[in-house]
Amino acid sequence: MADHAVVADDEVDLSRRKFLTRATIATGAVGAAFAAVPFIESWSPSERARAQGAPTEVDLTKLEPGQMVTPVWRRSPIYVVRRTPDMVARIAGHDAELKDPESKSSVQPPYATNALRSRTEEFLVLVGTCTHLGCLPKQRFAQGELYPTWPGGFFCPCHGSRFDLAGRVFDGSPASINLRVPPYSYPNPGTLLVGVDEKGIA
Amino acid sequence: MAVKTASGAPAALPAGAEAPAKRGFWAWLNRRMPIEEFVATQVTGYYAPKNFNIWYFFGSLAGLVLVLQLFSGIYLTMFYKVGEATSFDSVEYIMREVDYGWLIRYLHSTGASAFFIVVYLHMYRALLYGSYRAPRELLWLLGMCIYLALMAEAFMGYVLPWGNMSFWGAQVIVNLFGTIPGIGPGLVEWIRGDYGIADATLNRFFALHVALLPLALLLLVALHLVALRQTGSNNPDGIEIKAKLGPDGHPLDGVPFHPYYTVKDVVGIGVFAVLFAIVVFFVPTLGGLFLEAPNFEPANPLSTPEHIAPVWYFTPYYAILRAVPDQRLGALLMLLAVSAFIFLPWLDRSPVKSIRYKGWMSRGALTLFSVSFVALGYLGLQPAEGLYVMLARIFTVIYFLFFLLMPFYTRLEPVKPVPERVTYHAH
Repeated sequence: MADHAVVADDEVDLSRRKFLTRATIATGAVGAAFAAVPFIESWSPSERARAQGAPTEVDLTKLEPGQMVTPVWRRSPIYVVRRTPDMVARIAGHDAELKDPESKSSVQPPYATNALRSRTEEFLVLVGTCTHLGCLPKQRFAQGELYPTWPGGFFCPCHGSRFDLAGRVFDGSPASINLRVPPYSYPNPGTLLVGVDEKGIA
Repeated sequence: MAVKTASGAPAALPAGAEAPAKRGFWAWLNRRMPIEEFVATQVTGYYAPKNFNIWYFFGSLAGLVLVLQLFSGIYLTMFYKVGEATSFDSVEYIMREVDYGWLIRYLHSTGASAFFIVVYLHMYRALLYGSYRAPRELLWLLGMCIYLALMAEAFMGYVLPWGNMSFWGAQVIVNLFGTIPGIGPGLVEWIRGDYGIADATLNRFFALHVALLPLALLLLVALHLVALRQTGSNNPDGIEIKAKLGPDGHPLDGVPFHPYYTVKDVVGIGVFAVLFAIVVFFVPTLGGLFLEAPNFEPANPLSTPEHIAPVWYFTPYYAILRAVPDQRLGALLMLLAVSAFIFLPWLDRSPVKSIRYKGWMSRGALTLFSVSFVALGYLGLQPAEGLYVMLARIFTVIYFLFFLLMPFYTRLEPVKPVPERVTYHAH
């Protein structure tokens, strides 16, 4: 500041005053930004909520072919479907009617990035919340249940999204991506563990 | 509210030395707080156009409903217990076991719908008479902020009873934020405070609903009134009454707000109170329009109601959301539909303000828009199937064309000459 011209007592050095005003505002803004952090962070899921999001175990031995069970993982229902060979056959043949048949822009682990969207042909594991706005799609597994050419799948009652038996979304649905596949693994043949895979706990 | 001293007003404290000091408690009070001066400049000395019609009831009615909501809401918090395990039961407790609890709750739930009815009519008045035009743009923008805060307030209030529609309504609305590219999923988790709509979500919505948003609403209403006092009210002719002043310095076409419009507003309040009481006492759910049937079941994260629809005041926008077969675009159009009103002051290029003097194009556009808004409101209550979706798409297009084409039809159409003075027939 030594290079400032000396001014008389009754004059105001406006450039100095402007600089000090701006510096004060800037310092205050930085302080306010730091002070906001704890208040913003407090809204994140708490330690308790995170602990309750631990992996969920499902017993697959009691699931009959063609049936579905819906265990809960991280407050979302998980759709576990034991597909019959007939249901698996009905997944093919309508790729042209799908928005994302190869699951390129959908959310799933690498081992489910395939036509059946699953680790094995038999078991389909999906997050049971619609990718549109989070309603629960209903099971409409029978052929022709919604309309004559319906190959079987899921129908969301809220906004009319339709998905096939691999959870892939049909054209004309408000949902833009396929139903999500959670990370999962089989610690032994009759047990499904949702929320944990080779990469560890999600 | 800061008040400028009118010329010769004796209220200021140092002036007490000049005039002989008045005696008594009232004078003592006024030497310390400018009560008389405030009334003289803002109530009895505030000149409003003398040609107000029925459309000018809804501003004061909105103020009345705000007070009713604050009062009944404070009483509900005395009995309501926020929490996943307690919220639903405590609302049933209010309804069945608290003396007059049912009345306090129905006043509050009916008040929410009444709030939107009067606010929509208040906004429609502005559309009719061009009240959003210069110099009242800021007044209009503050009004829009009130409208948006009111929507947030109503949405969070609807979650609190923790019925099944509360839960799934929250699920759908919060997930709208998930459509924002990049930050969406993280933002949704932050809003919810859990991996799904949960106790944490309910608790923070309660805090926002009973503390933060009411404070914001009160502040915004105060600013709305300050801005109104600065520009003065518009009127059905869309003429600035301040342009023609009488010898006393007051507008020739103005009358003091008190007693002329306070008395008129009391009549409006009387009629409103009768209609309001009929709903509260005889049809509090209004056939599922004001309170939806699935909300009389507790929240169940594993069972979506057959058919999710928000309360009627959100359904026009909800129909637009569902009409679009793409998630992100649907959410974006919904946001645009709500916020399109913000741009009205700059979209309307007509040389006249009021619909009385605008041409056939503006009249036709406003009629089509009104039909679309009501039709979308109806379609948003219906299932998203077949013909309903097609109709919603058509009305969505008309809805947006009203705004998009406004700069053109307001400029191209022939307008009628605007009179020098307001149209007024003495009774």
